[in-house]
Amino acid sequence: MKFYVDLHLCPRLEDHAQTRMLIKKSAELGYKALGISFPLTIDQKEIEMVKGFCEDVGVDLVTRIDLKTRTSAEMLKNLRSLRRRFEVVAVQCHSKTIARQAAKDRRVDLLSFPFAGMGGCFFDNAAAELASKALSFLEIDMAPLLYLSGLQRSHFLTALRKEVSTARRFKVPIVLSSGVSDVSLLRKAEDYASLAYLFNLDLHEARQAFSDNPRVIIERNRRKLSRDYVAPGIYIVKRGKDCRVR
Amino acid sequence: MPREIRRRYILAKIECEGEFDEAGFSDAVWTNILKLFGEYGASQTELGIIEFDLETKQAILRCSHKALDLVKASLASITKIKNERASVHLQLVSGTLKALRRKAQRAAK
Repeated sequence: MKFYVDLHLCPRLEDHAQTRMLIKKSAELGYKALGISFPLTIDQKEIEMVKGFCEDVGVDLVTRIDLKTRTSAEMLKNLRSLRRRFEVVAVQCHSKTIARQAAKDRRVDLLSFPFAGMGGCFFDNAAAELASKALSFLEIDMAPLLYLSGLQRSHFLTALRKEVSTARRFKVPIVLSSGVSDVSLLRKAEDYASLAYLFNLDLHEARQAFSDNPRVIIERNRRKLSRDYVAPGIYIVKRGKDCRVR
Repeated sequence: MPREIRRRYILAKIECEGEFDEAGFSDAVWTNILKLFGEYGASQTELGIIEFDLETKQAILRCSHKALDLVKASLASITKIKNERASVHLQLVSGTLKALRRKAQRAAK
């Protein structure tokens, strides 16, 4: 069985029963790791509590922060203070300036483009080129496909098709996530992969976007956040008195 | 000699917060196909419900093999059955009913 990861669950953390239910249901649907979006001001105790919920059902918790800033300066300030506190950093790009700044920053893992009706698609060629150099991933939330309908869903699909085609052209890897806060919108990774057909992502690519791609981010960041990490490519392999080079 | 019409059989598991029946499920499936792909798309699916088991909350659907992706996407996008919140999870897909049943039995073990 494939190692499926849902990198974007948005439970209302103050409602413990709902958080627990969302985690339990995700585990039942076959996810092995869950990325839960925490607010900026979260304290360690609450993270530990959510970790406990995850351990109870045998899934791995991935701590995640979603940056929704108005200016690039604010985003950079948040990145400086938060990068080492969370395993995954996502930036919600509400403008072209934020999208470009986030795309070129190596501390950003996921670029997310919330649907804002008709109009701008901020994931353009320039942002895609920067993202591909900075090893960032494009994140697509599947929940709007389920709760939108009619013309709005049609515009959303148009935007997604554009984003996927741009990402493909510049070889920016895609991560698919649920993005749900409601249990009834949760689906198996395979079901979401079937839905990805609507925006021209084939089954193989969609499965990869739910398994291999998010796994790469988690493993890369956990290695970086470990105390053995020194600099890119340099790690401490052994500690103690018997570490003399002969 | 190859068969003229190739079909696919889908085993789906239904989860619904309220009570539902075969007619309600069928209505939800067709509504979603029509919403996503329109009348032309719906006509290509050649969809039919072969079996419906209320006890296990499972259904077997048959569709044209060319329209499999379309039907899978429509099933995954179901959010309501008879105005109650619901979801449909695809379990298995097979080329013959016999193989589907065999796979389902193996999966149940």
